[in-house]
Amino acid sequence: MTEILAQLQPIFQDIFDQGDLEISRGSSAETVDGWDSLAHINLVSAIEQEFSIRFALGELEAMKDVGEMIDLMELKIGKSD
Amino acid sequence: MEQNMRALSYPFDVKFILRKRKSIRSELLKNTELRDIKIAVLGGATTSEICSIAELFLLKSGFRPEFFQSDYGLYFETAVFDNASLKQFEPDLVFVHTTNVNITNAPILFASEDECNDCLSAEVSRYESIWDSLSNELGCLVIQNNFDLPRTRSLGGLDMTQHYGQSNFVLRLNLEFAAAARKRPNLIIQDIHHLSARLGLDQWFDEEYWFSYKLAVSHIGTVHLAHMFSNLVSGAYGKMRKCLVLDLDNTIWGGVIGDDSVDGIKLGQGSAHGEAFSSFQKYCHDLHARGVILAVCSKNELDTAKEGFSHPDSILNINDLSSIYANWEPKSDNIERIVNDLNIGLDSLVFVDDNPAERALVSSQLPPVAVPDLGSEVSRFTEFLDREGYFEATMIDIDDIRRTSFYAGNKDRTQHQSQFATYDEFLESLDMKAEIGSVNASNVERVAALTNKTNQYNLTTNRYTVADIEAMAYGDDYITLYGRLSDRFGDNGLVTVVSGKVKDFTLHIDLWLMSCRVLKRELELAMLDALVAKASGQGAKEIMGYYYRTPKNAMVENHYSRLGFELVSKADDETNSVWKLALTGYKTKNKVIREIKND
Repeated sequence: MTEILAQLQPIFQDIFDQGDLEISRGSSAETVDGWDSLAHINLVSAIEQEFSIRFALGELEAMKDVGEMIDLMELKIGKSD
Repeated sequence: MEQNMRALSYPFDVKFILRKRKSIRSELLKNTELRDIKIAVLGGATTSEICSIAELFLLKSGFRPEFFQSDYGLYFETAVFDNASLKQFEPDLVFVHTTNVNITNAPILFASEDECNDCLSAEVSRYESIWDSLSNELGCLVIQNNFDLPRTRSLGGLDMTQHYGQSNFVLRLNLEFAAAARKRPNLIIQDIHHLSARLGLDQWFDEEYWFSYKLAVSHIGTVHLAHMFSNLVSGAYGKMRKCLVLDLDNTIWGGVIGDDSVDGIKLGQGSAHGEAFSSFQKYCHDLHARGVILAVCSKNELDTAKEGFSHPDSILNINDLSSIYANWEPKSDNIERIVNDLNIGLDSLVFVDDNPAERALVSSQLPPVAVPDLGSEVSRFTEFLDREGYFEATMIDIDDIRRTSFYAGNKDRTQHQSQFATYDEFLESLDMKAEIGSVNASNVERVAALTNKTNQYNLTTNRYTVADIEAMAYGDDYITLYGRLSDRFGDNGLVTVVSGKVKDFTLHIDLWLMSCRVLKRELELAMLDALVAKASGQGAKEIMGYYYRTPKNAMVENHYSRLGFELVSKADDETNSVWKLALTGYKTKNKVIREIKND
């Protein structure tokens, strides 16, 4: 679980162009500066490409923070193995 | 920076662009000579993605865009009714980003032909009112997408055949848009029909991104669309490229004309390579026919270079060229001569060369010149040149084509900063490594082959068989050295051979040749260093060099004088000359080839 979080760090840093950005499971659109709808799309597509997974329709809308995103990703990555 | 530029060049690094767009943007914004441009984007879909990527390509092309975006889907309303904020923005141009998903008057199944015509008029008139309103209210340029084909067809193939089919309707709409653009000087059609077909509709559109985020084009599609858009803007502002500078050997024909002669180069029917070179020539010829200036910059003797155009299968004619530089000077110097001759800016040029080192020299010394990284496979040259869209014009100006001097305008030449202060610095950046050693069983065949096909950089033009070379390689009195050169672009292979016989404390050189591929790399200096070391080792006190003139080897006439030899004698008709170098006090000459492996 911590491994996915570590892999997510550089993606967040690139998308928000903040080299020192450090996200945690509790991070969300409210806590990260610049996490608007455009950044959200970028983030999703970058994660999909990096981890070779696809989020299904509506899955991300229901998520409240990075922690829930990681849980969902774990399920998807597990399945694809 | 280099990585950013590469990512934004064909074939685009979509993943890199999407992820690093913010840092690419800040980097490109450092350019101080950007032209401000206000672009209003009226979208039938979410437009923030396309603006964010188009900004990068526009910055690369020298524009600093400021965007106004209509509310989602309100392209018609914003253009026709509620345009106070749009007017206030005072755009320089308006981009109407509509696609297949925005068609509102599509015919219903089994509609009659008349009904289909009515649908067509209704759809076209919606856009006409958009263009009229923008033209009357804002008086600015409009870039309008045409339509991509539908991705799914409940009618199957009949969707194209029947007049009520959606595919059929899209084609008719696109023809109407094209006709409108011919009538309206301020309307430019962005051909997403072509773009989506080129990428493939499955790659062009992503259902999930449409349902989730109302993006009518996939991420890959967005990058290509943004690039196309940026080219149209450049074209509209007259900033498209105007001149194509071509290398010759292995760029517009196969082989090295100086070595293979005009009958030996590959061009035309009969071989896959020959056909590929012809096809590339055809593309260049077509560019020329529509007004692009052609020039040549090649490492060759001028007369030899010109001969290539007399090849029976050459599509390019010598008269198609506005400027020819074929000599042995660095190509960056020759390109500066070309822009002087033609009186155009460096930023009007595209330089095409199969040799990556030449491309690196030109792009580093003359940054405004576009140098596509098109590999060495001729079958892909056209694709790279075409996809970059360097010559995208938003209208065809017949006068431009008829103008005899091609380009008379006296544009201010953009100041450029060379990445390298001197040619030496460039050479150092190539990170060259050489391997120099005595010819051995593993390379006698290559060495013999080189003696038989090298005509230009060849001092004596003595031809040898494999047996001859073996005799020299293993003969006690002989020194026979080969050299391989690699650089940061790869291994050039075994490219040079020097051989001579030691007799009475003197080394007589009867073979010195080098492939023109590695000309001006100072490999000959490294070879001389190695030769001197070997000769001294065998007790020689001096080296004698001989130059025998042939119709093809004028370029090495001064080879020995450049290496510091003294002239001993010269034939009255200047055909042959003899040179001498004393070995006492010899100082090694090579400085730029860093690692040299000897055996």
